[in-house]
Amino acid sequence: MSRTTKENSFITHNGRRIPKVPTELCWADKFGGWKARWAIGRMKYSVEPGIYAIGSPAENSPVFVSANYKMSFDHLRSRLVGRDGWILVLDTKGINVWCAAGKGTFGTEELVNRIGAVGLGELVKHRTLIVPQLGAPGVSAHKVKQQTGFSVVYGPVRAEDLPAFLDAGMRATEEMRRVTFPLKDRVVLIPVELVTGAKYVLAVAAFFFLLAGLYPGGYSAALAVSHGMQSVLILLVGYLAAVVLGPALLPWLPGRWFSVKGLWIGLAVLLLGGLLVGRRMELLDDRFSMAAWVLIVPALTTFVVLNFTGASTYTSLSGVKREVKIAVPVQLICAVLGIGFWLVGCFV
Amino acid sequence: MARLEYLKNVVTLNLDAGKCIGCGRCTEVCPHGVFAIEDRKARIIDRDLCMECGACQMNCPVDAISVGKGVGCAQAVLTGALRGTEPNCDCSKNCCGS
Repeated sequence: MSRTTKENSFITHNGRRIPKVPTELCWADKFGGWKARWAIGRMKYSVEPGIYAIGSPAENSPVFVSANYKMSFDHLRSRLVGRDGWILVLDTKGINVWCAAGKGTFGTEELVNRIGAVGLGELVKHRTLIVPQLGAPGVSAHKVKQQTGFSVVYGPVRAEDLPAFLDAGMRATEEMRRVTFPLKDRVVLIPVELVTGAKYVLAVAAFFFLLAGLYPGGYSAALAVSHGMQSVLILLVGYLAAVVLGPALLPWLPGRWFSVKGLWIGLAVLLLGGLLVGRRMELLDDRFSMAAWVLIVPALTTFVVLNFTGASTYTSLSGVKREVKIAVPVQLICAVLGIGFWLVGCFV
Repeated sequence: MARLEYLKNVVTLNLDAGKCIGCGRCTEVCPHGVFAIEDRKARIIDRDLCMECGACQMNCPVDAISVGKGVGCAQAVLTGALRGTEPNCDCSKNCCGS
């Protein structure tokens, strides 16, 4: 299911009607983008693949290639203010450029097919395509040239550098070609990580809540609530600390491994939790509970931060494989031992 | 702020300098500046910065570059391990980031 972006205006070029899109994003566009960041409607947030006009393009106007994820499309067109050009939108199944390129959907085959499908050769006289640099994992420039006659010039990583890139005669500086991972870019990923992880956290919380009613005499619903609340609170604090501070403090948390970075957060939660409320919750008296949380909280925080590798911009598959191979079994053992101690603690 | 770097000595990146024609595509597409052109040939200047995205391999016209392309995503590795397949993000259900 896709949604068109203000496609009620068209231009006529060489006898063809081409949809025209504005370079200004309207409120609905921005709201849609915000929602996508919160994982709302994110998998259906797309535009129809095809050819679009920006401004008043002519046969010598540049051609920009985009994915059909609406956020990618909006991001591109909002940076072409006051310019004339064509946007060739590929069918990437509503996925952004970089991810789609990695999967191959923002790829040579789709680009070649789409060029033919929209009759690009008849629309423009030149034979140049500006492909976002992050499309390169999926697009083989020399093969596109062989199969279509169109030469690929890779544009800057960030659309905001397009005006400078274009004004310099389609030349990029080194900075334009580098992907960084600054605070702003890391923090913007927190909501979606939070929302997509929520269902697992709730499942784990429910598990602890139910079992919390166990005691030497059998089962007590009242105890389930009071003891359960305590456990759920600890889990939630640990989860939130990891999912927010992991991304936010990434470069400052010691260690190259994401799980190690997560370990510091887990230790901090234990320390602060122990100092601030441990006494009040009578947790420090119960050695089994203490042992349980000392194992469970770090297992949780290291796992949560490890999962941030997928949203990061610099982790290699080989590196992640190595880290997962070692870290996950350790996390699993700690979690199982921790739950064991916790259960024993219910009966002691 | 220290530059973010992942693990050392682990990536599968390889450049065959003999085949290289110095076209510069690898320097154009690499998001982390792994390559530089010196004396009309490409050279790996910091292989630990490589994230195995495969852009260089995909765009080298003479196949001088090889890399085990993949997504550096823990969920993908775990999902693949559980299903007995290659690392797989299963984007139809859940795609991280933007």
